[in-house]
Amino acid sequence: MAAPVSLQVEFGGGAELLFDGVKKHQVTLPCQPEPWDIRSLLKWIKQNLLKERPELFIQGESVRPGILVLINEADWELMGELDYKLQDQDNVLFISTLHGG
Amino acid sequence: MCDATGDGGGCGADTEPPRRRRAPGTSHPRTCMKCGQGTAALVIRVGDPFCRACFREYFVHKFRAMLGKNRVIFPGEKVLLAVSGGPASSAMVRQVQEGLSREAAKRLRFVPSLVYVEEGAVRRQSPEQREQTLAQIEALLQATGFPYHVLHLEEALELPPSILQPGPGTSGPSGPSYKKAVDSFIQQQRQDGDSGSSLPGHSSQDTPAAPPATRGLPDAAQTQELLRSFEAAGTATAREELLEMLRTHLIVQTARDRGYAKVMMGDSLTRVAVKLLTNLSLGRGAFLAVDTGFTDQRHGDVMVVRPMRDYTAKEIAFYNVFFSVPTVTVPPLFTKHREKPSIHQLVERFLLGLQEEFPSTISTVYRTGEKLSPEPAKASSESQRCLLCLCGLDTEGEEELALEPTLILEEPEAGAESKAAYIPLLCYSCRLTFKELGPLDTLPPYVRAEGQRRIHRAEMEQNQENQESSKG
Ligand SMILES: [Zn+2]
Ligand SMILES: [Zn+2]
Repeated sequence: MAAPVSLQVEFGGGAELLFDGVKKHQVTLPCQPEPWDIRSLLKWIKQNLLKERPELFIQGESVRPGILVLINEADWELMGELDYKLQDQDNVLFISTLHGG
Repeated sequence: MCDATGDGGGCGADTEPPRRRRAPGTSHPRTCMKCGQGTAALVIRVGDPFCRACFREYFVHKFRAMLGKNRVIFPGEKVLLAVSGGPASSAMVRQVQEGLSREAAKRLRFVPSLVYVEEGAVRRQSPEQREQTLAQIEALLQATGFPYHVLHLEEALELPPSILQPGPGTSGPSGPSYKKAVDSFIQQQRQDGDSGSSLPGHSSQDTPAAPPATRGLPDAAQTQELLRSFEAAGTATAREELLEMLRTHLIVQTARDRGYAKVMMGDSLTRVAVKLLTNLSLGRGAFLAVDTGFTDQRHGDVMVVRPMRDYTAKEIAFYNVFFSVPTVTVPPLFTKHREKPSIHQLVERFLLGLQEEFPSTISTVYRTGEKLSPEPAKASSESQRCLLCLCGLDTEGEEELALEPTLILEEPEAGAESKAAYIPLLCYSCRLTFKELGPLDTLPPYVRAEGQRRIHRAEMEQNQENQESSKG
């Protein structure tokens, strides 16, 4: 059983518009049998934070192309992407580079 | 050239594009491929991990290299930077700041000002929201210390018809050469006894002081008139094109009025690639080089320059996060209920989706653009130049297009004031866009005024010809 994980989840570049315009979210992920990774965080965001039009943020089990992910201010491509195991006090930033719509 | 990007394309570009390599599922820190020491903070191209310090060096160097290679910005010249609050133009302003504060040998030597076009009316912002955005933008503009101009999109309704004609060209081949400009700049500096400690241009008197910030929004009536144009446009694609046109004309007019011969726009590599495919889809194939190249000289006296076109949207976003470059987010251009997305949006989605599987997609499209000739159909007279986009008409021998059923509109009015009478004034692509714009009375006044003038002139020339042929 993994312990609860506290994170700072941030949205920028217009992605915040999908989250009531709120850029910074303090998030506590509940205990679950498996350790939390980005894949399960995205599922949690879809169920708990994303108010409308999830297709503008999520595609399949990942983020929509054009949305960048930074884990503790580093490119998630260096961190294992969806498989990155979240740790307490991690900072996860999603930046949209999409122009419109 | 010290190209630190390790551009993976090169000679093997024609072979099968590399498939995306999935990163290994470890969080073991990787080291920078440039210095071999720092902890990598991002991957800039396929498999090139850079640490923060090397990334910064790479980013700043690229800007100077872009300007150095193209040699179109003269020392001491006044340059207007178009700022949208978005990531690319904000990073562009930071590069200019960096460039001006460098040691003398590496310092940029032009005199920057900023211009911002406020577009809240067509982004469905309430007056309160518009004021809020303006306050954020002004804070950002002021913090740069550069002079700045704030315009509202509504002001496009008051543009003079002359914006649809190229101004007397000073920046063309007949203008002063780069070398001459450098020489006279150095001479000027010697006369001024410049020790290299002051910023270029700050000693000259004609540097405009920061103008008083534009307070207050345009009249509600003007906003309504502007919205009427946008509401009347039948498709999201036409609305995007209308916005781009009005914004560009406003910026170029500001440059013209205030004596800037160069305007810098912050189109990123990603944006250039999207624009390339979008414009191809819109029938603008003949103008791709002008629309997306480093320089755009269609306006004659004012040259548009795109110094950010070597940076991907990802590089820009990371730079802004790492080095705390402030940006302001505005909502997108409004769409109508249940409307099809614009071609611009569809192309963006398509390209970014493809990029996900084939990471070289966007830079390949961009490089294709590099191979295009910058001089498309030349226009020697106004009758050969498109009314809306100022490009040389590409409709030679396609006059039957004007009669194409899809381009004919039901017109209650007759004579010169019919929409069909405008068709011969437009390039192929603008004909398609024009068809989707609303009735004539919803067009911006300057477009209508210039259009009518050209139609009357063409009629007069036609009459003269007829008279002469009947005499002979
Ligand atoms: Zn390094
Ligand atoms: Zn045109």
